[in-house]
Amino acid sequence: MKRVYVNEDWCLGCHLCEYNCAFANSGEKDMALALKGKPLNPRIRVEGDGSITYAVSCRHCKDPLCLRSCISGALHRENGAVCIDHSKCVGCLTCVLVCPYGAVLPGPDGAAMKCELCLQNACGEPACAAGCPNRAIVYEEREEAEA
Amino acid sequence: MSWRGEDFYARMGVRVLHAMEAERVDPEARRVILSTGETLGYDALCLCTGSHPFSPRFEGMETVEQRFFFTTLADALALEAAVTPETRVLIVGAGFIGLKCAEGLRDRAGSVTVCDLAAHAMNANLDGDASAILERHLEKNGLRLMLGNTVTRFEGDKAHMQNGETVDFDVLVIAIGVRPETTLCAGAGGKVNRGIPVNERMETALPGIWAAGDCTESLDVSCGEAGVLAVLPNASFQGRTAGKNMAGGEAVFDTGMKMNSIGFFGLHIMSAGTYTDLIYSEVTETDCKKLFARDGVLTGYMIVGDVSRAGIYTALIRNKTPLEELDLEALEHEPSLLPFGKVSRAKMLGGVV
Ligand SMILES: Cc1cc2nc3c(=O)[nH]c(=O)nc-3n(C[C@H](O)[C@H](O)[C@H](O)COP(=O)(O)OP(=O)(O)OC[C@H]3O[C@@H](n4cnc5c(N)ncnc54)[C@H](O)[C@@H]3O)c2cc1C
Repeated sequence: MKRVYVNEDWCLGCHLCEYNCAFANSGEKDMALALKGKPLNPRIRVEGDGSITYAVSCRHCKDPLCLRSCISGALHRENGAVCIDHSKCVGCLTCVLVCPYGAVLPGPDGAAMKCELCLQNACGEPACAAGCPNRAIVYEEREEAEA
Repeated sequence: MSWRGEDFYARMGVRVLHAMEAERVDPEARRVILSTGETLGYDALCLCTGSHPFSPRFEGMETVEQRFFFTTLADALALEAAVTPETRVLIVGAGFIGLKCAEGLRDRAGSVTVCDLAAHAMNANLDGDASAILERHLEKNGLRLMLGNTVTRFEGDKAHMQNGETVDFDVLVIAIGVRPETTLCAGAGGKVNRGIPVNERMETALPGIWAAGDCTESLDVSCGEAGVLAVLPNASFQGRTAGKNMAGGEAVFDTGMKMNSIGFFGLHIMSAGTYTDLIYSEVTETDCKKLFARDGVLTGYMIVGDVSRAGIYTALIRNKTPLEELDLEALEHEPSLLPFGKVSRAKMLGGVV
C-alpha cells in the first residue's frame, strides 16, 4: 500500500504541507477563499525546533491502535487507509489518547480528525506530498513497510 | 445503533443468539446451560459478560418512583422518555458516567444536580487541581454540584443529604460505578477477585475457559499489578487475544492500563496509568497537566484542557521507554516526536510499525 513518508533532512519547515492539507480538505475550489482569515485545521503538522523540522501525519499502521480502541466504530479501514466516519464519531478522543505518533487530532467540529490520504477529497492523492517543494514528503510504496 | 456493520457476524460466520442468557457453565462436561434450558457444548469458552451497575442500599430507595441507571442504551432511552424541560434531576455519582449523564440531560431537563461523597468530581482519575478546573466548567455550564456530600435517605421525591440539606427531585439517576459481572465464572467454581483473573493470554484458571473485557482482572503495565481495566480499548485487545488463542494461535496482551478520554461541554480530560511520583506539573485557570514517573519510566498522567498528542505519553507508559533516552524537558510541556531523536523518528515516519 502507498503511504506518506517523511525525510526530515529535506524538510525546509515551510509549512506548505499544512496549507495544502487544509485546502484539500476544505471542499473549496479557491485556496484564498478556503483559508484566508480562517483557522487552519491541517491533518499534517510540522513539528520541530530551531534546527530540526519534519511533518507528522497518520502512519496508517498495519495494526492501528486507534481503530482497535475506537469506542463507537467510527474508525475503520477503506482500501487500507484508516478513515473516520464522522456520523459515528462521538468525539471522545480515545484515538488521540492511544495514537503513539500524536497523528490523530482533535478536530474543529468536536470529532477527531486525521489524514485519510486525500482519498475522500477532490485531490485524490495526498496534497501534502504533491505540493512539497523539496520532496521531504513522498507518497509511495515501500517494500520494507509491507514485510 | 451498532458498532459493527449489519452483515458483520454473517460475513464472519458467527451465530449470535440475541436475548439469550447463559445461566450456568458446566466446566467438566464443557457445556453452557442457557435460560431456555437448552445446552451448548464447547471446546473453548470465552466469558465476556462485561459489568453491571453497582448500587449500595440507600435508606428509602424503594420510595423513589423514577429511578434509573445509566449503563445500557435501554437505560438511556428510558431516562430520556422520563425527562421533560421541567424535570428536576438528581444524579448520585460525579464520575464519568454520572457526569456524562448530566451533560446529556442539561438541555433536556429543568435542572441537574450531581452529588458525590468524594470531595472532587472524577475523584478516581483527577486530583484537586485538575478537578477544580472541571468543576468550574461544569458549574458554568449549568450543573449544580454537591461534592463531599451524599444522600443519607430518600423520602419519595426528597433526598436528605449528609450536610443536612434536602434536594427535591423528580428523576433520580444512580451512577456510582460498575462492577465486573462474574456470576458465570463463580458458578463454575472459577476464581473471582474483583474481576475474573486472567493471564496475558486471557486464560482463566479453569481449563478451556477464557475471559476478556470488563469482567476481567488483568495485568496493568503501568504498575505491574492486576486490576480491572474496564475501558473499551483494553476490552477490544483482550477479546482479540482470547480469540486468537482459542483458535489455536499465539497471542498475548500485556500492555493494558487504566486509561480514559472524555469531554464535557467541550472541555477534554485524559488520564492514563498509575500516579506515582509527580515529575511535572502545570496548572492554570483552564488547563492542568501532571506527569508521574518511577524507576526511570513514565507511569501515568492526567490532562485537563489541551489533550493534543497525549497518545505520545500513553505510548511511553505502554512501552516502558527509559526516560533517560529522551529529551524530557522538551516532552514535558508539549508532547511531540522531537524528544525521540533522529533515528527513532526516521523509523516512525519513514517505516511502518
Ligand atoms: C455510560 C458508559 C460510558 C462509557 N464510556 C466509555 C468511554 O467513553 N470510553 C471507553 O473506553 N469505555 C467506556 N465505557 C466502558 C465500555 O463500555 C466497556 O469497557 C466495554 O463495553 C466493555 O466491553 P465488554 O465486551 O467487556 O462488555 P459489555 O460491552 O458490557 O458487553 C457484555 C455483554 O454481555 C452480556 N451478558 C452479560 N451476562 C450475560 C449472560 N449471562 N448471558 C448472555 N449475555 C450476557 C451483556 O448483556 C452485554 O451485552 C463506558 C461504559 C458505560 C456504562
